[in-house]
Amino acid sequence: MIELAALVKSYDAFRALGPLDLSIGDERVIGIIGPSGSGKTTLLRLLAGLETSTSGSVFIDGDRLAGPRSDIGVVFQEPRLMPWLTVRKNVEFGIWDVLQRDRGPAVDAAIERVGLTAFADALPRQLSGGMAQRVGIARALVGGPRLLLLDEPFAALDPLTRVAMQEHLLAIVGTTVPTTIVITHDIDEALVLSDRVIVLKGPPARIARAIDVDLPRPRTRTSPEFGALKALLLDELIVRTSSSAPVLA
Amino acid sequence: MGVRTLNALTVPQAEPFLGADAGAQIRGSAGARAAWALPIIVPVALLAAWEFVARLHLIPAYLFPPPSAVLAELRGLALSGKLTYHLWRSFERVASGFILGASAATVMGALTGYSQLWRRILDPTLQSLRSIPAIAWVPIFILWLGIAEQSKIALIALGVFFPVYLNLMSGIASVDRKLIEVGRVYRMHGVRLVRAVLLPASLPSYVTGLRTGFALAWMFVVAAELMGASQGIGYLLLEGENNGQPALILAAMLIFALAGKATDLVLVAIARRALRWEDTVGNR
Repeated sequence: MIELAALVKSYDAFRALGPLDLSIGDERVIGIIGPSGSGKTTLLRLLAGLETSTSGSVFIDGDRLAGPRSDIGVVFQEPRLMPWLTVRKNVEFGIWDVLQRDRGPAVDAAIERVGLTAFADALPRQLSGGMAQRVGIARALVGGPRLLLLDEPFAALDPLTRVAMQEHLLAIVGTTVPTTIVITHDIDEALVLSDRVIVLKGPPARIARAIDVDLPRPRTRTSPEFGALKALLLDELIVRTSSSAPVLA
Repeated sequence: MGVRTLNALTVPQAEPFLGADAGAQIRGSAGARAAWALPIIVPVALLAAWEFVARLHLIPAYLFPPPSAVLAELRGLALSGKLTYHLWRSFERVASGFILGASAATVMGALTGYSQLWRRILDPTLQSLRSIPAIAWVPIFILWLGIAEQSKIALIALGVFFPVYLNLMSGIASVDRKLIEVGRVYRMHGVRLVRAVLLPASLPSYVTGLRTGFALAWMFVVAAELMGASQGIGYLLLEGENNGQPALILAAMLIFALAGKATDLVLVAIARRALRWEDTVGNR
């Protein structure tokens, strides 16, 4: 159970987020969508323990979050690999505080899950954008996280790679990660991945709407149900001025 | 009609292109064969002119010995064992000074690069010490440490310190904040973060500092040995000056040039291995 209780983040006089209340139970994947500047990334950074809240708290299974934790994995918008480390060493970076002799099998397994076993000894500069991002995912997974956070993980990839990576992510995360939270500004991506989509608006960021996505997997983007949910989200994300044409918020 | 003009246009165009390409390739390979010679044209010409001028006694030989005499001097030094002896003494000083200066600079550069607080505390003082020319320290070093090895090593260490310190500090201070954040996500801080992220990321700039430092170490060993020494290549310079042996002076200069180049090549070879990951033109 992940709970956000009256979570607020302000930078001096500017309130970027909150107050925000949210409770995530047994949904596997939560999609958080919102226009740019709505405070999505602030929320993710709070959940990762990279920022401290101004007031309010995040609880992970009852424990109050106080900083980065070994059971929270983070994938950034860019792969953020250490350019001087091989793929294997980059993944191992995620569990540097585990006993050396216990690291090998976990690292091998994580690399295998993202399908990069053949590239284990390659350097980041030798990888494509999609491959590098898979290494980033393996690094976040290697510690066996309770919560996996992804901040627009595929935004920098070309559309075809992005679709492939969305399928890939679901397979990788599989049944081993209890909760995955994906931040995105891509409605299709949110609907393909999530059990629940939360629409964030701001600043200050607040929950404008939460939609349960009860579609069977694998999801087809062309089904009428998919289309209906998409229309619903599009409607929510577009601000209609009183007079004429819709304007993107 | 349209199709035909298109064909007529493309076919003749294709041929000159192929021809031009092949021509460029031939010229390219001939150029490549001659390319190695380009950098040695000027030195060979200068040496020939030098030998010629000296042989004709246009300038008195006691001031301006021919290259052959310098080479003979070098041979004599090598055969008598003096070359190895004096070179080793100089190298010992360079190496001790370098290790001392570079170690201190590494600790301080890492500290001031990583911590704003330490930068505020240490950097202004170090920067103001830097404005004292290193050679100006010589008298006080001699007074404090004596004329023997310590004052020489101190001078070299001081010369090495600043380029290494400055390059490491600015290298660390400019490490991508996003990589540091990855370290934070995985609960790294302090020495661990410095070792796992900051030092490797600033390695290219650190290596630049070390190379500059080593070059300065050779420069300052000359200065130190000229101030008074009974061994070392700098001593050979002095001996040549005192005994009126220009061939010995030139031979010693040549030894310094070769030794400096050799240590730089070793440093570059080590650095190239460590910087294999760099995504730069040199690695393509």
